[in-house]
Amino acid sequence: MRTDAMLTHLYRVERVQDETYDTFTLELASRDHSEERPFAPGQFNMLYVFGVGEVPISISSDLAKPRTLAHTVRAVGNVTKAIRALGRGGELGLRGPFGTSWPVEEAKGSDVVIVAGGIGIAPLRPALYHVLSERKEYGKVVLLYGARTPADLLYQREMEQWRGRSDLQVDITVDRALRWWRGNVGVVTTLIPKAVFDPTSTVAMVCGPEVMMRFTVAELQKRGLEDDKIYISMERNMKCGFGFCGHCQFGPFFVCKDGPVFRYDRVREWLGKGDI
Amino acid sequence: MMQTLEPILAEHPFLKGLDAQYLKLLVGCASNVRFNAGQFVFREGEEANEFYMIRQGKVALEILGAERGPITIQTVGEGDILGWSWLIPPYRWRFNARALELTRAIALDGKCLRTKSEEDRNFGYELLKRFSSIIVERLEATRLQLLDVYRVHS
Repeated sequence: MRTDAMLTHLYRVERVQDETYDTFTLELASRDHSEERPFAPGQFNMLYVFGVGEVPISISSDLAKPRTLAHTVRAVGNVTKAIRALGRGGELGLRGPFGTSWPVEEAKGSDVVIVAGGIGIAPLRPALYHVLSERKEYGKVVLLYGARTPADLLYQREMEQWRGRSDLQVDITVDRALRWWRGNVGVVTTLIPKAVFDPTSTVAMVCGPEVMMRFTVAELQKRGLEDDKIYISMERNMKCGFGFCGHCQFGPFFVCKDGPVFRYDRVREWLGKGDI
Repeated sequence: MMQTLEPILAEHPFLKGLDAQYLKLLVGCASNVRFNAGQFVFREGEEANEFYMIRQGKVALEILGAERGPITIQTVGEGDILGWSWLIPPYRWRFNARALELTRAIALDGKCLRTKSEEDRNFGYELLKRFSSIIVERLEATRLQLLDVYRVHS
């Protein structure tokens, strides 16, 4: 166990960026901006609003900038709404980073397919930043992103920039839309058959609601990807962050410590079971 | 010399591996079509006498919600198949299909294919197998869509 795993560090909100009507990105820095908190893509921090509570939130920023940590948060519960209420200059407690990470090093030399659903794009963003920063190390890179409606799409400005790159295939879809929307409509899995990658040499990274990930894995398997080349990020009720309290038990694993990123073949027998 | 549609049909993923004799039957029912952005490919309630193999562009399947106006329920694009109402009585379109951008496709005459399928049941079965697979894919996607997985659950 890390000795400082329970120690909360004081962080200040440097910037709040509204992404959608209920989702925002916080940029956090230590009080004197000096503290560096290196992390790996896919890891999360525990954010503590004093007097309200603590929640696990994935780090969504670039690991090349460890002094400023971004967290994209959907304001749906008491703590996340309290985080939103902090505003610029507000202070909160931070523990972490915790958990396993996306296999960005192992994927070198292979094609990379990133499939994100909803706010699942947030923990994948650092992986994409990393892959793009070392673009020559990878084969084809594909980002497939699905959201509920056009109003729910995150990081829209960045998406436009990524779409403009010739070395990155970006396909976006929404589950429903009114007539003004000119993009794709349909679930994110419908993008997989048209994605350009070599299934015999591809690593897939998938994050979104669990049912979306199960359907996505099935489509990737149809394309010929082996289970040990597919990685998913699980979400459970994480509390302590280092596998001590047991809140996030998932079969024989603790999601906070053994996950949140799992290789699919290691967890497939536990997925889709309602009582786990 | 006018080029036939055979090589184009043979390259389409929907017809991958199709026997050459069946491909010839299809060619006899096929024609090139194009739709400008905003143009309807078909409208709900109209007679459904063809299906489309999209070569380029994007088409939205829409349904008119009474209060919210037209809602796009799905888009199809390059390599996709549009329309199976020609296959099942009463042969009427259930949705509107509208081109979102310039769309080029091959239209297959449904009446012609129905007749050929009755004459050659093996051809009909081959066609039906391919459509069944598309229908199952769309059904699975629709079920996932119905789950509304990104909604906030209170």
